Amino acid sequence: MDNYQPVLLAGVGVEDGHTRAVYEARGGYSTLRRVLRESQPAEVAEAVRASGLRGRGGAGFPTGLKWSFLPADHPGPVYMCVNADESEPGTFCNRVLMEHDPHQVLEGTILSCYATRASTAYIYLRYEYPLSLRRLQQAVDECYEAGYLGKNILGSDFCLDVYIHRGAAAYICGEETGLIESLEGKRAWPRIKPPFPAVEGLFRKPTVVNNVETLACVRHIVERGPEWFRSMGTPPDPNQPHDPGSFGPKLYCVSGHVQRPGCYEGPLGVPCRAVIDDWAGGVRKGRKIKAVVPGGLSTGLLTPDELDVPMDFNGPVQAGCLGLGTAGVIVMDDTCSLIDFLYNSCRFFAHESCGQCTPCREGTAWSLRIMERIKAGGGRLKDLDLLLEIADGMGIIPGTTICGLADGAAWPIKNAVRKFRPEFEEYIRRTNPRGYLATQPVPALHGPVMPRLEQPRLEHTSSQGGAGDGRTQAAVAGGPVPWRKTIPLG
Amino acid sequence: MPKAYIDGREIELRPGERLNGIQAAARAGIEIPHYCWHPGLSVVGSCRMCLVEVGTRDAESGRIIMLPKLMPACNTPIKDGTVLVTNSEKVARARAMVEEDLLLRHPIDCSICDKAGECRLQDYHFQYGQGERRAEIRPFTSRKRDLGDVTLFIDRCVMCGRCVRFTREVSGSSELLVIRRGAQEEIDVLSDLPLHNPLSGNVVDLCPVGALADKDFLYKQRVWYLRRSPGVCTLCATGCSIWVEQNQDRVYRIKPRENPAVNQWWICNAGRYGYPLVHDPRRLRGVTRRGGGSAVPLDGNVFSREIPQQLRAAGKLALVLSPFLTVEEAYLACLWIRGLDAAAEITVGPIPREGDDQRFPGGFVISAEKCPNRLGVEEIAAHFRPNGRSYAEWLEAAGRGEFGGIWVAGGYVRPWIDEAAAARMRHARLLVVQDLFPSPVSDGADYVLAAAAFAETEGSYVNARHRLQTARRAVRPPLDNRPAGPLFWELLGRSGLYDPRRVLSEVAAEITYFSAASGEIPDVGIDLRVDRLAEVAPRPGTV
Repeated sequence: MDNYQPVLLAGVGVEDGHTRAVYEARGGYSTLRRVLRESQPAEVAEAVRASGLRGRGGAGFPTGLKWSFLPADHPGPVYMCVNADESEPGTFCNRVLMEHDPHQVLEGTILSCYATRASTAYIYLRYEYPLSLRRLQQAVDECYEAGYLGKNILGSDFCLDVYIHRGAAAYICGEETGLIESLEGKRAWPRIKPPFPAVEGLFRKPTVVNNVETLACVRHIVERGPEWFRSMGTPPDPNQPHDPGSFGPKLYCVSGHVQRPGCYEGPLGVPCRAVIDDWAGGVRKGRKIKAVVPGGLSTGLLTPDELDVPMDFNGPVQAGCLGLGTAGVIVMDDTCSLIDFLYNSCRFFAHESCGQCTPCREGTAWSLRIMERIKAGGGRLKDLDLLLEIADGMGIIPGTTICGLADGAAWPIKNAVRKFRPEFEEYIRRTNPRGYLATQPVPALHGPVMPRLEQPRLEHTSSQGGAGDGRTQAAVAGGPVPWRKTIPLG
Repeated sequence: MPKAYIDGREIELRPGERLNGIQAAARAGIEIPHYCWHPGLSVVGSCRMCLVEVGTRDAESGRIIMLPKLMPACNTPIKDGTVLVTNSEKVARARAMVEEDLLLRHPIDCSICDKAGECRLQDYHFQYGQGERRAEIRPFTSRKRDLGDVTLFIDRCVMCGRCVRFTREVSGSSELLVIRRGAQEEIDVLSDLPLHNPLSGNVVDLCPVGALADKDFLYKQRVWYLRRSPGVCTLCATGCSIWVEQNQDRVYRIKPRENPAVNQWWICNAGRYGYPLVHDPRRLRGVTRRGGGSAVPLDGNVFSREIPQQLRAAGKLALVLSPFLTVEEAYLACLWIRGLDAAAEITVGPIPREGDDQRFPGGFVISAEKCPNRLGVEEIAAHFRPNGRSYAEWLEAAGRGEFGGIWVAGGYVRPWIDEAAAARMRHARLLVVQDLFPSPVSDGADYVLAAAAFAETEGSYVNARHRLQTARRAVRPPLDNRPAGPLFWELLGRSGLYDPRRVLSEVAAEITYFSAASGEIPDVGIDLRVDRLAEVAPRPGTV
């Protein structure tokens, strides 16, 4: 691994690397020229299929297979959606690509559109990435000037338009059908499948949705060939007949309590410990690791004993996590409270649940209520079992809800409570010494899940009477909180 | 024949039939609970109440392979060999979880909720929920919001989204929307665009819980006191199938009755909220004899004894049939008047019209013709008096004093005649008017009879698309009223009680147009054109 030459990040750090001139000087767009001159779309698609490239957005679905679902004889148009709505907590690799090397992403996009016969590509960009927006827009403009986009690209009969659509800061828009709904100008409620987007997607036309990093990989697969791509990574697990293996380079985002947080590139299958220790310089101030999120918040938690799992599409699953996710590694050292971690995780998913499916809408909010109460010192041991049951109800097996958000919300709960139960029990015993064994319902400690603008902020006061152990709790003054005043109509 | 298997029961699929899991299970007699799915709306699959186990059965080996995860039955197309399991432990647990989730923030105010008794949340909770409440989410809020035509009880909502989809897909007005996200989601409207469209009442029927409340029905009656009878809406020529819901002879609400051939699942607000005319205090009552400026209430039996002689003495007779009459009433009226005077003139009264037909994106049509039975009455009139005069021509003739006795068989729900036309009719020596409301013509009539309103009469109507539907009587008319059907039945000297069923068979045997109506009339009605496909020549107009 010491001799690994970065591919995706090769242009990062190059001066003015985001401009077309520099990108072309580094060999950019030569692949596109060659492909448009020499190759048929089917050849490009075949190269991607043969490479075994799996989507980098989190689910790891084989990209070539996804493209093959497009109806072959559709009169068109076919749309390409570039999923740049990178919102998974702990993930920022797309941002690095878009800010430092946008042309690489664009070239991959153009090649993928050529392979899928897409005539329009929409880049759905996360709202919080203003620099990416500027860089991408500049890159798109430069491509139109140079004839890489527009009508009859480089003299061929291939035409492509690229539009950048800026999201409005919602996690759910990163779900592929939520993204499509949002692009259509609707509420980003993911669609029920089937039909899959490849058959009926954006504007009810066949649509491919691919992650930014996936498309960047396509550019290199086309340039260097599928054999090069398959030369790195983990081969298929012989014990799992449907496992396509994990090949190619991957960007790892390391954040949290490490010496050098950042985005690192390596082949798939690097052990998690190596990512943390070798690249990110280990835990800050020489402390001990307590828990590690392997691939973005939804994937769950690894204990320090499980850090040797390979970071490929199977590794974290074997340690009880949801999957590799986006390879956004979040490291927590021993100063970090897992109660706080789980509270934050529940808060995030309760806030970001789109609210369409019942188990997710209610389950995320309910688990947040419980975590709020535990954190405020009103926890009981039986709450932990209830949390697990709620989590199982949301994501007992994939498919309880339309999209994967509920699974993502359930996994941190499952992993945290199952793998770190002693810490939770100790916290509950310590903060609620009188009531931790209670089985009767306790009086409500909280008002609404999340305060709204119209509503008076909850005051944090020390608890009145009784449990004078210094813990704080939110007291709701004067009974029910008015939620929203109804405005009379007409 | 393709077969599917639901909980071990086998159902056969007709060729080309597209069923989802819920529909297929219903055919096997198994209910799959659901909130968000509705046959008239798009599938979103978001309530997750209909989760079932899905598999396929290999026809040759008989091996069944089940999918590992639960699938929503509403989005599972049933094909040959599809296997559904709806009664497993796994499914029961998923349903119990959804029920528990839905009640987390629900105020559980069934005792003051209009929907109690017909609420899916109640029914499903009893059937699939669990007894214990584990959530400690308090305090409950019970908020109310005025959306325009309906009231929203925000905290009772289960976010199935049916109402939102209805305004987008069926009414096309798109007033309703979802605000906020996650557990804070609520149904709302834009402040300057309240829910207000001719179909808005349907969102109340669509709401599976008590969130959307009908302002008209709110707090008026508990639903378990209501009795429903199948009816036909008489306020336009679409002739929607309805349920008339009454308690102790008072109509409390009108609900759509599913009829794929007419109105599908919907009715318009005019029909839904048009029922108060049944109990309108301005309605005519009983039988009245006028003469010398005074009106004397008359016993109905006296009337039916003396009226035949009076009409015979009056000379040439004329009968005006309103398009609000049922087929049977019109037929009996014609039969009777021709018995008194074989040359009696028969004409169809004015046809109320308003603007143009209103068409909606979902296919629903509100007809411009504001009467239920123009086609049926015209056919009856044409049978007894071929090439009869139009109403306008007939009125001219009446103004010239051509008729000695005029019988107006009315039933109009709105003012329909002006003073000038009434004056022409008064040229007759004897004027008998049967109508719902007082009008210039009833004011000057010698005899005034109260007509029956739509819920008070049993009989058949032919809608604008030649579909004959039969309405049942929902409420009894006031005791002293002599509705047209029983009255003519008695005047014709027929024995026993008025039997519209027998009259319709007679009509079907007598008049070619109605020949399809000879048998039992199904709930969805019957298309009278079925037997007339060979008939090419256009019929002469009768209006």
